[in-house]
Amino acid sequence: MGQLFFDESVILLDLAADSKEEVLNKMGSNLVDLDLVKESFIPAIIQREAEFATGLPTAGVSVAIPHTDVEHVINKTISVAILKKPVDFVIMGDDIETTPVQLVFMLAMDEAHSQLSLLQKLMAMFQNEDLLKRLVSLADKTEIKNVLEENLGFLAFEGGER
Amino acid sequence: MKQVLVACGAGIATSTVVNNAIEEMAKENNIKLDIKQIKIAEVSAYEDSADLLVTTAMTKKEYRFPVINARAFLTGIGIEDTKKQILDELKK
Repeated sequence: MGQLFFDESVILLDLAADSKEEVLNKMGSNLVDLDLVKESFIPAIIQREAEFATGLPTAGVSVAIPHTDVEHVINKTISVAILKKPVDFVIMGDDIETTPVQLVFMLAMDEAHSQLSLLQKLMAMFQNEDLLKRLVSLADKTEIKNVLEENLGFLAFEGGER
Repeated sequence: MKQVLVACGAGIATSTVVNNAIEEMAKENNIKLDIKQIKIAEVSAYEDSADLLVTTAMTKKEYRFPVINARAFLTGIGIEDTKKQILDELKK
């Protein structure tokens, strides 16, 4: 298992989309272009989101954490998108109720039951209203990358090291 | 010892976080548990042995054991209630 890939190329700013499927398609296509996931990742993640929704209403900005099975992933990564306008995602554990999501963390994991500390830090971030509000207000990818690295405790990874 | 199933859609992300939270809760309260981290689709394999299902995924199916929604572990909203619910079940 390699290092988690994370740099500006997996951060998407002002992503315009009218539906969650469009969000997932755009984010997934970017990861396919970067050779981080297989093409099968896109239909798989759209299907998974339909079956097991990942929208999370938080105290501040609603988020979604779409993810799917490990076999579609080439190199693990977390892709982040700040949406131009909120897009409705069904709430996790629900089948109809939606939440207007502004911030999407697409998890492409290459191993089941792993990354506990990273995931815990991500969930801790979801409980930090000020931090989420700050994140969606940022307009610079490097700034977003720095905030996330700081809060998620990423170790060493620069693009190109995978 | 009670068997607790921790399940999410993929068995990758959210169940990992919830699994850890329940392990810590059990430790704090000196309860020994048999925790299984699984995909929601795998629940039926434990239908006869499980005492509790804690899940972030939706399930419409009826089980012979209680089902507790674990979303609070991810958002922090209502987490004390969820923890209490789980503890109450474990102490039964």
